[in-house]
Amino acid sequence: MTVETSLLWIVLLPLLGAAVNGITAAAAARWGKKVPHGFSGAVAVAGPTLAFLLAVGVFRALQGMEEGHALVVNELFRWIDAGRFRADVTLLADPLSAVMLLVVTGIGGLIHYYSIGYMSHDEGHTRYFAYLNLFLFFMLMLILGDSLLTLFVGWEGVGLCSYLLIGFWFEDTEKAQAGMKAFVVNRIGDFGLLLGMLLIITTLSAGGEGTLVVREIAHRLGEFPPGVLEAVGLLLFAGAVGKSAQIPLYIWLPDAMAGPTPVSALIHAATMVTAGVYMIARMGFLYDHAPLASGVVLVVGAATALFAAIIGIAQNDIKKVLAYSTVSQLGYMMIGVGVGAYAAGIFHVFTHAFFKACLFLGAGSVIHAMHHEQDIRKMGGLLKKMPLTGWTFLVATLAIAGFPPLSGFFSKDEILWKAFSGENAALPWAPRFAWLLGTIAALLTAFYMFRLFFTAFLGKPRGKAVEAHESSPFFTVPLVILALGAALTGFLGVPSVVGGSNRFEHWLAPVFETSHGGGEAIGAAHAGGHGVEIGLMAGAVVIALLGTLLAYFLYVKRKEVPGRIAERHPALYTLVRDKFYVYEAVFAAVIYPVVSLSRRLLWRIVDVRIVDGIVNLAGHLSRGVSYTLRFVQTGQVQTYAFILFTALGIFLWKVL
Amino acid sequence: MGLLSQLIFLPLAGALIVLAMPGKAHKAIRVFSFAVTLLLFALSLRLLPGFVGDGSFEFAEKAIWIGAFGIGYHLGVDGISLFLVLLTTFLAPIVYLSAWNSIDARVKEFSFFYLLLQTGMLGAFLALDLFLFYVFWELMLIPMVFLIGIWGGPRKVYAAVKFMIYTMIGSLLMLVAILFLVKYAAGVHGGRLSFDFQDVLGLAIPFDRQILLFAAFALAFAVKVPVFPLHTWLPDAHVEAPTPASAILAGVLLKMGTYGFLRFAMPLFPDAVHYAAPLIAVLAIVSIVYAALVAMVQDDIKKLVAYSSISHLGFAMLGLFTFTVVGAQGGMFTMISHGLTAAALFLLVGVIYERRHTRKIADYGGIARTMPLYSTMFLIVTLGAIGLPGMSGFVGEFLVLVGAFRTSPLYAAAAATGVIFGAVYMLWMVRRVFFGPVTSEANRKMSDLSLREFVVLLPLVAGIVLLGVHPAPLLDRMEKSVARQLERAGVTEVMSPVGYDGDGTQHAPAPEEQ
Repeated sequence: MTVETSLLWIVLLPLLGAAVNGITAAAAARWGKKVPHGFSGAVAVAGPTLAFLLAVGVFRALQGMEEGHALVVNELFRWIDAGRFRADVTLLADPLSAVMLLVVTGIGGLIHYYSIGYMSHDEGHTRYFAYLNLFLFFMLMLILGDSLLTLFVGWEGVGLCSYLLIGFWFEDTEKAQAGMKAFVVNRIGDFGLLLGMLLIITTLSAGGEGTLVVREIAHRLGEFPPGVLEAVGLLLFAGAVGKSAQIPLYIWLPDAMAGPTPVSALIHAATMVTAGVYMIARMGFLYDHAPLASGVVLVVGAATALFAAIIGIAQNDIKKVLAYSTVSQLGYMMIGVGVGAYAAGIFHVFTHAFFKACLFLGAGSVIHAMHHEQDIRKMGGLLKKMPLTGWTFLVATLAIAGFPPLSGFFSKDEILWKAFSGENAALPWAPRFAWLLGTIAALLTAFYMFRLFFTAFLGKPRGKAVEAHESSPFFTVPLVILALGAALTGFLGVPSVVGGSNRFEHWLAPVFETSHGGGEAIGAAHAGGHGVEIGLMAGAVVIALLGTLLAYFLYVKRKEVPGRIAERHPALYTLVRDKFYVYEAVFAAVIYPVVSLSRRLLWRIVDVRIVDGIVNLAGHLSRGVSYTLRFVQTGQVQTYAFILFTALGIFLWKVL
Repeated sequence: MGLLSQLIFLPLAGALIVLAMPGKAHKAIRVFSFAVTLLLFALSLRLLPGFVGDGSFEFAEKAIWIGAFGIGYHLGVDGISLFLVLLTTFLAPIVYLSAWNSIDARVKEFSFFYLLLQTGMLGAFLALDLFLFYVFWELMLIPMVFLIGIWGGPRKVYAAVKFMIYTMIGSLLMLVAILFLVKYAAGVHGGRLSFDFQDVLGLAIPFDRQILLFAAFALAFAVKVPVFPLHTWLPDAHVEAPTPASAILAGVLLKMGTYGFLRFAMPLFPDAVHYAAPLIAVLAIVSIVYAALVAMVQDDIKKLVAYSSISHLGFAMLGLFTFTVVGAQGGMFTMISHGLTAAALFLLVGVIYERRHTRKIADYGGIARTMPLYSTMFLIVTLGAIGLPGMSGFVGEFLVLVGAFRTSPLYAAAAATGVIFGAVYMLWMVRRVFFGPVTSEANRKMSDLSLREFVVLLPLVAGIVLLGVHPAPLLDRMEKSVARQLERAGVTEVMSPVGYDGDGTQHAPAPEEQ
């Protein structure tokens, strides 16, 4: 099999799995039959497993190619072709997509495997696996499509699967509602993405073929006036704000935790939500020349990193803590790509996929053992009860908190260093500002993660935790693998300042180097030098330690203190716990007025009273005046036909 | 008899035979009528192999009908009408089959009108003589009025009359305009009367006359689309109409308006069209957004789908009035896609209406549990309707937006909000009807799709996916005709040079797809 063909099969295998399980699920549901668990699980795991093996093949093929020309392209078919616009479906693998490919199929495969255990008692497992495989298909389209339009296919497709999986237990109205909210909020972002694509097409149409092929756009970047570049950058970012849950559209992600926990791990932590970061990195050549747009990415990312971390410290639902943590970490990734350090942003996508998937699957293992209890205050002592889950959770917690030499330390530190030393022509203050916010957020990250760990895993077992026991190998094998990844993948990106070779950045360099050809309006300006870089690194370790010690003090040593703080500042506490009432404000300011206006004004008054009123009035008037219409209204078609042809005769006679 | 005449008169012949059949032989009438619609579809497929798609009128038939008045029998099909004809014949057997059980009173009359309606619609799409077009245009109105008025709901007479009066006012004005136009053309051509479309083209009509004539045509077509604020007949007609009439109304009849604009109003009155274009484009955008917002707050599923039709047809209108080939092709594609999704949605609503005799959203809930297969199909059609990429709705909407953006980014931005609202109203409805707990005993007992219902819906669902993944065969065959029609309307767009893409595939229909 050629490497091009394997690219096609990587995409097709999960689709095939989705089709088999989907049709089986529908047929079984129609005739009230049960599908054996082994069947749907085996079908579901086969796709990503084979795809992963093929992806490794693609990766190795790329490694074997000459640097700068590492590219696998498979042109599939002509898709939309109208007027002066044409879009093909072409799969493309380069070093960047190869990294994502390995993450999606590898971690995706592990989570499929985990799901067999997690969903073993759920009668909807076949449907579940169909959705999960379908998700992989769309995610792979997103990564491998060579144009923004095929990216958009995947983009919307993963949104659909997210919708279906968040609302998987659809009989619970709240869960179904959360799914819908996710889809609609994402569509608001997609509105921007769509307009961004339209702007690209229109701009390029002036000088030739309107296209959305990324390489073409890069090649013809000179056709964009600077203002248009900024506008495209901002519009595309709007899409990323939705998908990657940045302020103000992040509100869907915490609610998305209504879905099964493996879904939270796969879609709402490791893969889909990073699509926005991926897109910006992919379009890095454009953002390099759009300092304002990059500055906005930077600032929004930094604000999100800090804001979500603040909310995270007051959540008691284990999944909600992790959800806000994900929002916060996505903010870090945005800082990375916003400052032009695309490789650093993607490196954090990569390491985050391991430690956050590990955390979510660990949480799933806990929730499974605790019979659907998610409140960390009702847990405790789980480290002893569930040693594998507990220790892997600890490794991942250390990684996200930024302790060397675990993966999160290197990737987060790289981003903060790039922000500290970065420049932005449009918003000169933005990089340092982002660094500052990111650093504060790092302190909070260590704090809320260890608050979670200490409360749930240490101390005396409370409630159902007394009887909790370790989960089956379906759970623990993926946990161990992911924990190893969380611990070790950082070594791929050890910066040269501490003697590393940063293989990750070198691997991606050919993708991003073209983007540093021109303006240098943004980007890292190697300010400061090695001393500063090492100083910052040491500072980051101190900060992680501080956060951890604070959590230790408050949640292990002096457990009564947090309660007292909350009592003394009730307003502040509720404000943070209730997430600053952002959703409530959006509901009151946007959703309620729109629905209410539509119902009361547009429908009941404009449509029914005014427009239809005039019509009915005209009808009544003519009924009073005209015999003709009375005949018509009796429904006598002969009369109608007679009148019609008489009228016709008169017209013909008069006109001709 | 040419192929096009066969297509038009096959259902008419069928209708006449139905008239001769004994009224009580329901089964025989059903089987016969269904066979006629199937044959019609099979016959229409013969258009495809010989179709070239060079923008000319193919399979043309021309004969003198009423020579004294210059009225001819002129038929022809181009890339614009081809897929509307195929849509009509594709839906004919599907929709008839869907009504197998639900129409059990006066089956004979129903089948008669149903077949007659096919003749009217096909004739209107294929006629190239203005008088002939007008005859078919009116012919299609009458059976629809009866279908609503006899087999409809409680307020059927009100709805039928409203539908008729709305359409009548528009079409009578159009008739007057046709007569004036022909008379004017006769003046130019030295007194020779001709209702032929090609004879009335390219007349340099003075601007003030053009405006009036265009207004008369536009009114007739805008009512049919319908464009805001001429739309209020549609929700009433749909709510009262029986399921098959709704499906045909939304699936085919609504396209008469947009088709009329592209075929007649735009090329005949180019100056007036350009003058009025901003107004019409804005009305189209208002239709998109307004209807979407009103759809969002409906309590009745059918009414919601009806308003969503107005919103989608707004996209089609906007596409045409971007005066770009890409936008107009998008508009055409939207029409075809909407034909499938709207027909499917109405048939789907019909399925649960037959079981529960209610269309109120609040009466349902948790249907996904009791009718899993049905719910799956409903969801797929919903996704097609809200324009998920990979489904048919996306292709049309996206191309319309590409064209609109070129005309004015503001148009595109305003219209694109419809994409958000579309997701809101459809998914909100889906949430309330299908998700949540099963609340009532009646809902718990609802049976899933029967084999017949499944067979009815499957081709529609397959079509929605197929057109989304592989729209090229349609777009290719449309392109030249759309471009030609826009040229007649005074817009010449430089098409992309042949072979620009380097792999030898030409922009025109690829040879292997012919």
